[in-house]
Parts: sequence; C-alpha cells; structure tokens
Amino acid sequence: MSGLLRRHPTAIAYALLAPGLLYLLVFYLVPTVQMFLVSLWTGNLQDGYSLTFNFSIYPQALSHYWDQFVRSIVYGGAATILTFMLGFPLAYFIAFRGGRYKNVLLFLVIAPFFTSFLLRTLSWKLILADDGLVLAPLKSLGIVPDGFRVLATPVAVIAGITYNFLPFMTLPLYVALEKIPPSLLEAAEDLYASNWQRFRRVTLPLALPGVIAGSLLTFIPAVGDYVNAELLGSPQSQMIGNVIQARFLQVGDYPTGSALSFILMAAILVGVLIYARIVGTEELLGGASA
Amino acid sequence: MTATGVATTTARVDVARSRGTFFQRFGRGMDRWLLPIYVFVAVAFLALPVLVMIAFSFNDAGRSNVRWQGFSLDAWLDPLGRSGLQAAVFNSITIALLATVISTILGVLIGMALVRHVFRGRGITNLLIFLPMSTPEIVLGTSLLTLYLNLPGILFPLGLHTILIAHVMFNISYVVVTIKARLQGFPRHLEEAAMDLGANEWTTFWRVTFPLILPGVMAAALLAFSLSIDDYVVTSFTAGQTPTFPLFIYGSQQRGIPVQVNVIGTIIFATAVGFVLLSTLLSRRQKLDPVEATVDE
Repeated sequence: MSGLLRRHPTAIAYALLAPGLLYLLVFYLVPTVQMFLVSLWTGNLQDGYSLTFNFSIYPQALSHYWDQFVRSIVYGGAATILTFMLGFPLAYFIAFRGGRYKNVLLFLVIAPFFTSFLLRTLSWKLILADDGLVLAPLKSLGIVPDGFRVLATPVAVIAGITYNFLPFMTLPLYVALEKIPPSLLEAAEDLYASNWQRFRRVTLPLALPGVIAGSLLTFIPAVGDYVNAELLGSPQSQMIGNVIQARFLQVGDYPTGSALSFILMAAILVGVLIYARIVGTEELLGGASA
Repeated sequence: MTATGVATTTARVDVARSRGTFFQRFGRGMDRWLLPIYVFVAVAFLALPVLVMIAFSFNDAGRSNVRWQGFSLDAWLDPLGRSGLQAAVFNSITIALLATVISTILGVLIGMALVRHVFRGRGITNLLIFLPMSTPEIVLGTSLLTLYLNLPGILFPLGLHTILIAHVMFNISYVVVTIKARLQGFPRHLEEAAMDLGANEWTTFWRVTFPLILPGVMAAALLAFSLSIDDYVVTSFTAGQTPTFPLFIYGSQQRGIPVQVNVIGTIIFATAVGFVLLSTLLSRRQKLDPVEATVDE
C-alpha cells in the first residue's frame, strides 16, 4: 500500500480528496439537480406531483414575485454598501493603528457573533421597538414624534442585515489592509501625497482583494436572507427568501419554491463564476479564508 | 539611506505637515480623534445586542421576555425548565458534536491534499469547495429538502440524521478554508527529516505532521461547531418535526421567548468565547517553541 502511494504521489492526493468531495457531490450537487427537477413538477400537495417539464413556471414565478426579487437585491446591495462604509474604518484602524491591541480589537469584532444569530436579531427587535431602548428616550424628549417607528420598516431590515453580516466584510478587509507594507504609505507621504490622495491611490487599490471578497461574503447571504425581514420587517418588506420559505414550509408548493430558489442560486452563481474567471479560483478561496 | 538621510526626510515632512490646507488638517484630526472614537462606538454597537441578551437572562419576566421587570436568578437556577427546551438543546449539541467530528475529518483531508500535493483537477476541487459557501443558506436547505422528499423510506421522514447530513455539508468548506490558511508554509523539511531518520509514513504523520497541524484543526473544529449549533435556516428545511435550539427560539418568538433561552444563549456565548481565549493562549505558548515558530514563516 505505502509502496504504491510512494510510486504514485498523486494517488495520495486523490485518496485524501475522495471522501469529502464525494460527500459534496452527493449532498450539494445532486440536490441542486434534484431541486431543478422538482421545479418542473406539476400537481398539488393532496393529489401528488409528477414531472411534466413545466418550464413555464420560471417566467411565471419570476413575474409573480418580481417585487420580492428586486427588494432582495436592493436590501442586500444597501446592506453590502453599509457594511463596507462601517467596516472599512474599523478594519483600517485595527490594521494600522491597532498596535498591541490588534488581537483584542479583532476579538471584540468577532465575539458578538458567537451568540445565536436569532437571539442577536431578536435583541435588535427589543432595542428598536416602538417603546424600546432607543425610541422611548427620544420620544419622551420630543426629538422624534410619538408615532415614529423603526421596527417593521425597510430601514430595520437593512439595519439588521448590516449588523449580522458586518464581520464578513470587516475581516477580509482587515486581512487585505494588514498585508500593505507601511513603507508604501510612508513613501506616498514622502512624495507629498495628501491624506486623501494616499488613501485613494495607495491604500484602496491595495485593499481591493479584501473589498471584493468582503462584498461577496456579505452580498450572497444578505440577498438570500429572510430571518431579518421576518423578525424586523413587515409583509411590505418581504424578501425572496420569505417567499421561498412560505412556498416550501407553509404552502407545500414545492415546484414554485424550487424554481424561485433555483433562480436565486443561478443569478448568484453567474456573478461568482464571472468573478472566478477574472481572479482565479485559488484567489477566491484565499480571499474567503479571511 | 543613512541615518541622517532618514532624519532629514522626516523633518521635511513634519514641516509640510504643520502647515497644510484646512482639508489636510481636518484629515489629520480625523485620523487622530474621529477614527478611535468611531472604533469605540462601532465595537459598542456590535456588543449591544449581546449585552441585551445577557441582561435579559436575569429578567424577572413571566411569560414573555420583552420588558425589563426586575432582577431575578430564577432562569439561571433552572436553565432547562421549559417544556421542549431540554430536548431541543440536547439535539443541537448532539448534531453539532457529530457534524464537527465528521466535517473536520473530511475537511482536513481535503486541506492536506490541496496544500501539500500537486494533482490534476485542482481548479474543479477549489470550485466544488467554494460553491457551498457562495450559495445562500436558503438554497442549500431547499435543495436538500427536495433530495430528501425524493428518497422516501431512506431520508424521509426527516429527523436528526437529515439535519446532520446538512450540517456536515455546509461545514466542510469552512473547515477546508481554515485548514488551508493555517497550512500555508507548512515545514515539509521536518517530515523529510523524520523519514530520513527512519520513521515510516504512519509514524511521521502522528509524531510530526499531526502535532504541527493541530492548532489549525482545532480552529476549524471550533468554527464548525459554532456554525452548526447556531444554524437556523438550513435546519428549518431539514428538521421536519425534530426540534433544535434555534428552531425552539424561532417557534417560541410569537408567544414570547422564555427567559431560559437567554440563559442558554449566554452559556453558549461564554463557552465559545472561553474556547477562543484558551486556543489563543495555547498557540501563543507554542510559539515560544522553536519548532512551532517555523510554521509561521
């Protein structure tokens, strides 16, 4: 056995890869194909479904739930931009000014995320409630009118998503910024670059891999999220995830749910594959390792 | 450049600095004051919901835990004292432990192959590992459910086993990525030295390779465990009637979350934080070891 492995070094590699990749093949790729097939079913929960290759479900589902698709992209996009605006200064400070508190600060950024995702989001519900920690004092001081509310608005949903995915943006940004040699920033200064020029021409371009990895890691789960919309939003702020969840678990309309889920995945994968073409798969994983 | 050369350069920059336009001075002020204040506020903002969760675990609330009613230790003295909560927590821990062990083994093997071997099909392998991470959770959950629905008698009705299959699946990629990051720059010469000294592959692996990759394996396992015990979305599609802790939270949020949920949430949080601190301390101590130090090069 060991003799065989020594004569064929790649055999070891394939032996190491086989169990895990086989697992992903059976429980990631096969289910995806299965979901596509289910989307082409017709029938109903009582009488049963059968595969009829009903491709018309795709245009139907897309037009019927167009609003929720657009809303998901808008909310996900807004949250991605917000996480960047909030996460960049944070990552920048930790990378360049953290000094010996670097690890402590990184820990403080990550630690909240060892709490349950649901409990964190439910805590925001308490904080943002109409008579909660934030609004009650503001209302009693007369700063905001009595009827003012944050909960059950798109603002609350976007804020919740932003909060929940902030580390996914901050950590890749930190990894990219940390790699920038301080000598480059000093060189820019020596060449009389203003702070803004230094940031715009040196820091930001070098941090770009982190920006791209962070945006992907934030945008993808944000677009598919429905927990924030469910707990912090209203029926008017439902995202495509809410529709898919209801189709599957409440209505039992598997074909429509599968079609919507497949459209969501396809849209995201097309984007990611284009990106993988540009930067290469190795970088994709390297960036995600943050 | 000589030492004097450096000194004059800095002096010149300082002169340029002390003047500067309004915007330059504003920029410097921002760098010096605004940024640290912002970081302080941001960290507080991140911690706020966790502090609220911990505070409300001491709430003297009756049915629903939404308003502060006064301090009480009742929930802490009886953390599982709600019908259904004990079973849910037990299921969550069981699944998380099993999913961690299985996904860590599968993921470490893939990670070793990717870092230490040259083989055909590396691009496809990377892609297959990246895909589950770049697929929204809801798609992972729904696609597994459609697979289960089509395998009645084997994987349907749903239960602990279907949740476990799902958790192992989404954990593998994260384990691989963590291991890969830790294995980069692995000191191959130490293994070669062991072989030169007459150790066989088996001995070399357990006496040299494994101790070297252990911190990375621990980090990956910790990540897998925390992803698994906290998962709601994928679990909601693959659980059927089987309760887990996140499903219990979600199910009780309409009627009002019992205080005990905050207690268990706090315990999970404290445990995870404890483990991270412990592993940081351990790896810091190991860095003093000359053999370990070479791993970081």
